[in-house]
Amino acid sequence: MLEVINLKKSFVQPEGGQLPILDVPSLSVAAGEQTVLIGESGGGKTTLLHLIAGIASPDSGSIRIAGTDITLLSESGRDRFRAGMIGYVFQTFNLLGAFTALENVRLGMTFARGRHDTARATELLDRVGLASRAHYRPAQLSVGQQQRVAIARSLANRPKLLLADEPTANVDPASSQIVIDLIREICEQDQVALLMVTHSMDVATQFDRIEKLDAINRVLSTTH
Amino acid sequence: MSLLQIAWRNFRHRSLSSYLTALSLGLGVALVVMVLAVYGIVTDAFQRNSAVSYNIVVGPKGSPLQLTLNSVYYLSQPIENLPYTQYMEFMTQAQRTEEVRKLGGSKALGETAGEYSRFVAGGFAIPLTLGDYYGEFRVVGTTPDFFELLRHGDDLDQKFAFAQGRNFKTYTPEHGYFEAVVGARVAANFGIKAGDIFYPTHGDPEGKGHADAFTIVGVLAPTGTPNDRATFVNMEGFYLMEGHAKPVENQAEDFVAGEVADDTEIKPLTIPQREVTAILVRNGGLWGPQMMNRINEGTAAQAAAPVGEISKMLSQIVGPLLVALLVITVITCFVAAVGILVAIYNSMNDRRRDIAVMRALGARRESVTAIILLESLLIAIFGCVLGWVLAHGAIKFASPYIEAHTGVQPHFFSISSYEWYVLPCALALAALAGLLPAMVAYRTDVSRNLAA
Repeated sequence: MLEVINLKKSFVQPEGGQLPILDVPSLSVAAGEQTVLIGESGGGKTTLLHLIAGIASPDSGSIRIAGTDITLLSESGRDRFRAGMIGYVFQTFNLLGAFTALENVRLGMTFARGRHDTARATELLDRVGLASRAHYRPAQLSVGQQQRVAIARSLANRPKLLLADEPTANVDPASSQIVIDLIREICEQDQVALLMVTHSMDVATQFDRIEKLDAINRVLSTTH
Repeated sequence: MSLLQIAWRNFRHRSLSSYLTALSLGLGVALVVMVLAVYGIVTDAFQRNSAVSYNIVVGPKGSPLQLTLNSVYYLSQPIENLPYTQYMEFMTQAQRTEEVRKLGGSKALGETAGEYSRFVAGGFAIPLTLGDYYGEFRVVGTTPDFFELLRHGDDLDQKFAFAQGRNFKTYTPEHGYFEAVVGARVAANFGIKAGDIFYPTHGDPEGKGHADAFTIVGVLAPTGTPNDRATFVNMEGFYLMEGHAKPVENQAEDFVAGEVADDTEIKPLTIPQREVTAILVRNGGLWGPQMMNRINEGTAAQAAAPVGEISKMLSQIVGPLLVALLVITVITCFVAAVGILVAIYNSMNDRRRDIAVMRALGARRESVTAIILLESLLIAIFGCVLGWVLAHGAIKFASPYIEAHTGVQPHFFSISSYEWYVLPCALALAALAGLLPAMVAYRTDVSRNLAA
C-alpha cells in the first residue's frame, strides 16, 4: 500500500545552508497492516507523515501509495489524491470550531467529492460512539470525544491509508486506550493500512511492527 | 456542504466581527443610497415643477436662472421690476384701451396693440408681483387668471382645485381688492382657513408688517408644486399696499385718469404707478423662440424658458454638487471595504490552522481562497441589504417632510435607477477587499500551520 524509497528532506537554515531533517531509505506498509512509528520529539516523525500525505514535498525520493508516486503529482493532484486515498488524524484533533461534529465529518467528503454523504458520516459517528453528539460543536465535546470525531472524519472518504500523528498525546490516559483501540479496530474492519506516530512505548508495544526514527541520524530502523 | 455554506458558517462563527463589519459597510451604502435618493428627489422636484403650463417667463434683464427661480419656484430674490407697460405689450389694442380707460395712463398706450400681442394670441400672459411675505412664504400678487388658465399635474391637465372656498376676484364689495388664496402647505403651516385674514410683511419674512389685511377666500388643494408654498393675493390689492406704488415724477402729457375707480372707495393704481416682477407667457402657436429673441434683443426685458433653465441648473450646479457628495460617500464605502479587509485579514491568524486543516482534508488552494472571498461577499451582501433598508427607512420616515417641501412623495420602494449599480459595486468592492486575505489563504503553508 505504502512504499517510501530514499526519501530526503531538509530545511533552509536562517543563516544559510541546508539542515537535513529526514532520511528514510525505505519504509513500506502493506494493505491492512498496522505500523507504529516511534522516535524522540523533533525527530521528524510529523514531517514524514506530512510528506506521505503530500502536504509537504520531499527534496528527493519517492512515495508510492497504491501504486501512485505522489511526488510526481502536481499540488492539486496531491490534494485530490489525499482527499480520496489518505485519512489523517492529528495530534491536536484540528476540528473546525464553526462546524458540528457531523459537519466536521462531512467536510472531508465535500473537499474530496464536492458532495457529502450524511448517512456515511452518521454511521462513522455511530462507530466511534458519538451518534448522540452529532450536532455538538467541538467546544461542547470532551477532549476524548473530539479525538473520536477526528477519527471518524479521517475515515469519511474510505481511505486506503490512515496516518495518525500522536493521536493520544492530548488525551487523558483513560481515553487514550479507547482511541487506540478504536483506530485499530476500524482499520482492521475496513482493511485500512495504518501508520501511527507515537512517543508512548505503552502504545507502541501493542503493535506487531514498530519503526523507529533515529533522532540523530534521522534514519528509520525496524523492530518486530 | 458547499463552499458557500462553509463560508456562511465561518461568518456566523465570528458573528460579532462579521455583523459589525457588515454594519460599517451598511452605513456607507446607506449614505450612497440616500445621496442618490436626494438626487432623485431634487431632480424629480425640479423637473416636475418646471413642467408648467407656460413656456416663457419674462422679467427684467439679469440672470435667467434667477428669474426662473423666483417666478416658478418662488425662491431667491426678484431681480428688479418691469414697468406695467411691458406687461401691456402682451395685450391686444382693445385690452390696452380698456386698461387705460379703467386705470388711467397715457392715452397713446391704447392706440396700438402690444408689441408681443400677436405671439400670445390663443395663449396667455399672467403678471406676477413679488416682494412680500406671509411668514416664511412668498406672497405672490397676480390676477384671477393664474388659477383659471394655468394647469398642473404630470400631463398639465389638472385645474387648480380648492380645498376650501374659491378663487380670489379682482374686486368684491365685501373685501374690495384684498382677497387672497393660500397654498395647501401655507394653510397647514398656519392652521388658517377661508375667511381668515393675514397681514403680509414687506421685503422679507422679518420685514415691516403692512397695515392692509387680505381676506383668505380660498385654500388650494395640494398640487405637489411650489404653489403649495405660496400665498396668492389679488394684484390690485398688492399695488395698494404701502410702499408698492411706483413714484411718478413726470406724468405723460396725454395722461387720462381711470374711470372705473371713481365708483370704489379705494382707487387702483394708475398704469405709470404699477410694476410687475415677472410675466408668465404661453404662446398661442410656435412663436416661443421668435418672441424670446425679440424680447432678449431689446433692452427692457429678458425672456427665459423655465425648462431649459432648470435643466441647465441641474446639470451645471445641482449635478456637480451631488457628484461631490457621491464621491464623498463612495470614499466612505471604500473605508468600509478596507474595514472588511482588516477584519478578515486580522482573523487570518486564527484561521491559518483551519485553512491548513481543510487543505489536509483535501481542499484545494482555490477552494479555501473561494471560501474567504465568499465570506467577504456575504459581509457585503449583509451590508448592502442593511444599508438599503436603513436608507429607505430614513427616506420613508422623512417622506412627509420631503413631500411638504418638494411635493415629491417618496415611498419605501422608490428606487432610483442609480441604486441598481450600488449592489454590484459594493460586491465588487468587497471582493476586492477579500482578495488580500484570500491570497493569504491561498498561500498558507499547510505543513507549517499543522505543526504549529
